[in-house]
Amino acid sequence: MHDVSGQAAHHAPPQGFVRKHVFSLDHKVIGKQYYALALVAVLTGMVLSWLMRLHLGWPNLAIPGLHWISKTGAPGNLMTPELYLQLMTMHGTIMVFFVLTTAPFAAFGNFFLPIQVGAEDMPFPRFNMMSFWVTFVAFLVMIASFFVADGPTLGGWTQYAPLSAVGAVAGPGQGSGVVLWAASIGIFCIGQLLGSLNFITTTLDMRAKGMSLMRLPLTAWAWFITSCIGLTAFAVLMPACILLILDHVAGTSFFVASNLVINDQLQPHSGGSTLLWQHLFWFFGHPEVYVAIVPGMGIVSHVLITNMRRPLLSAKVMIASMGAIAFLSYMVYGHHMFVSGMNPFSALAFSFPTLIITIPATIITLLWIGSLYGSKLRINTASLFALGFISMFVSGGVSGFFLAQPSIDIMLHATYFVVGHFHLVMAVAAIFGIFSGTYFWFPKMTGKMMNETLGKLHFWLTFVGAYCIFMPFHYLGIMGNVRRYAQFVDDYLQPVLGVHKFITVAALLTGAAQLIFLYNLIHSHFWGKAAPENPWQATSLEWSIPSPPPFDNFGGKPPVVYHDPYQFGVKGSMGDYIMQDSPEPSPTGD
Amino acid sequence: MAKFFAVTIILIAIGSAIPIVRGTWTQPVDISTHGYEIDHQYHETMWEAGVAFLAAQIILAVFIWKFSNRREDAEIRRLPGGATGLVLAAVLLVGTEVLALGVFGMNAWAKVYFAPPGPGAMPIQAQAGQFAFYFRYPGPDGTFGPLHPDKINEANENFFGLDPVSDPDSKDDIVTAEMAIPVNQEIHLLMHAKDLGHSFYVRELRVQQDFVPGLDVSVHFTATKVGKYEIVCTQLCGLGHYNMKTYLEVMSQEDFDSWLKQQAALQ
Repeated sequence: MHDVSGQAAHHAPPQGFVRKHVFSLDHKVIGKQYYALALVAVLTGMVLSWLMRLHLGWPNLAIPGLHWISKTGAPGNLMTPELYLQLMTMHGTIMVFFVLTTAPFAAFGNFFLPIQVGAEDMPFPRFNMMSFWVTFVAFLVMIASFFVADGPTLGGWTQYAPLSAVGAVAGPGQGSGVVLWAASIGIFCIGQLLGSLNFITTTLDMRAKGMSLMRLPLTAWAWFITSCIGLTAFAVLMPACILLILDHVAGTSFFVASNLVINDQLQPHSGGSTLLWQHLFWFFGHPEVYVAIVPGMGIVSHVLITNMRRPLLSAKVMIASMGAIAFLSYMVYGHHMFVSGMNPFSALAFSFPTLIITIPATIITLLWIGSLYGSKLRINTASLFALGFISMFVSGGVSGFFLAQPSIDIMLHATYFVVGHFHLVMAVAAIFGIFSGTYFWFPKMTGKMMNETLGKLHFWLTFVGAYCIFMPFHYLGIMGNVRRYAQFVDDYLQPVLGVHKFITVAALLTGAAQLIFLYNLIHSHFWGKAAPENPWQATSLEWSIPSPPPFDNFGGKPPVVYHDPYQFGVKGSMGDYIMQDSPEPSPTGD
Repeated sequence: MAKFFAVTIILIAIGSAIPIVRGTWTQPVDISTHGYEIDHQYHETMWEAGVAFLAAQIILAVFIWKFSNRREDAEIRRLPGGATGLVLAAVLLVGTEVLALGVFGMNAWAKVYFAPPGPGAMPIQAQAGQFAFYFRYPGPDGTFGPLHPDKINEANENFFGLDPVSDPDSKDDIVTAEMAIPVNQEIHLLMHAKDLGHSFYVRELRVQQDFVPGLDVSVHFTATKVGKYEIVCTQLCGLGHYNMKTYLEVMSQEDFDSWLKQQAALQ
């Protein structure tokens, strides 16, 4: 039992606009800044995906205004193959790094982790401020690549070498575009490392009196586990990015082999390893999938428990399963490389942990579904998105059975099957987690309620739309539709062009539905109904303080915690729940 | 709304399964000797993944239908077996299932990658470069001449960088832009990347393998059906990636012999 009350993080209330809203040390402002950045990033990434989908559905369509994005890549507003690949690369990079990593982890985690553990702030507020602004600079550097002569890199978010390492000779965007990409991601890693350090120390050292580790809400556990993954994964990606930049600017050959001939020119590099980049990238890249999804698991658990009016069947098993996923995430990365040319015997070593990781993932899913049994489920926008998360996670998860097996991967690798799989299981599911968290915590973050009718409309269009987009990707992949093609010129793809048109229409409509969310978010922020302290009758500490929370969270009086985080289905003085900081005894004794 | 949501989940789950069950979009017929194992493994996995997918979605929907918006005084019930039952189910059912998939799947993988090519396998070199494949047959001497990267010249059609003047082994090498092979003849494909990472993917052959710059890798396979099939690149290699393709023609031995003679005459 820890009895430190967060005094280490004490800092005076900020004075002036800049200190309050720009260079703020307050974890809540930093959380909101991360959320705003993720919002800008997700809108950018979504517009890029619209342009890509329009081109895939109708390759000869002139898209008005396309020349604003690229002077050379859009003659007559027609998309060139290189511009398609550049948009694709930026879509993937922006979504994975600046949306899926920042929103569920950095945004919500920053805002709520200190409050949920009962602290006034994080232990290193200046590091925290720096982590956001470093991430912001990383985003600007990434966007800057749209403004250099031949545009951003076209090498995909994975930036495989040597395409990424030999420079402009390999194609548009492969010179300064790659350098900016690697610089941006390298800077991003610094922000994540600073953030992860803060999250870990907050969880371990800043807990209020009575807040034992097992009394932490599942969100706090999810953010803690994610920080541990982030600390180790980003620490590998950052040096990899530095090596990639050195291959460009210092004449090194970390990732470029000898005797490569590009455009009839013998390249000056020698002795590097093509596969080294893939190993370094995926050692980060696969854990990164869990950086995106584990916070969502925490949010879904937290939201569902509140709306089921009962605890999960076992919080301990949930925590152990999330921990097992994090541990195994480092041992599975080679499943991205089955046909890469690495030693085929290593496929054994990577395939089995990949298959085994389905066990904790299944346990987590069964815990959610099993806990629904006999519950008193309340249907609201937050719980709908949490339930939608489970459906998406299952749909995307089962396709992992195929890709975990090297023999089947021979057929499905680099096809739309993979695109469908990862979009459902980590992108759409994680986004559903973000939406669920937003509808749930918006009242606490802003002091205003969101509009439930608009929220539900948003949910329905997004849920059905996401399936219409991503389920057909699997069918296309099964018949061998290769991904990352700017057009589908192969004979065997001609019969499925109609499917691509359908997906494009679904993507445009589902994208448009997000404007409802945006409107709801902005309108509610300014004109929404005032939110009470605890609108969902929830139990964790964030619901024990005013909405929005005061500067120092607990008004200078650190809370004392008496119960585990989910005392639901009991007879308390306020109803069927007992708050964590309520001294009244719990019938369960927890 | 909860009941409507439950029905929607079930409709989406069943609707998603229909194209799979009906085989609306499916992989093309296998033309290789090893492909049967891969296809078998794929179908086994589809069964198991399909059952898991439908079961999870339907149970989720049923529970949403049954346990949402209950009366305030309704009693909270606990799933029989609790978390222990669920963990056991996950470990025993899913664990056994995935381990079985893994073990049996390894047979298919081993057939492709662990066994070396037979002594009678025909060597063919494939070279990938932005954005074309080229193939080299060793000619009557059965030996490939060495490569000289500095001599590569697209304009002179010296795609591999051969030097037939100094290297006697290169003199009878036959270079082609399309690949032809005899039916029922094992092929040992030696893969060389000229510039960047590329991949060799023939869906019907159940072969996909990356070309790795600086590392010559190989695969071996036997085609069992005469026909013409697309070879496409699956590793992002630049702006022309989508259009990097050629054809594999599987011929009878006689047709292949005369094709090879024709190609030799064109060198």
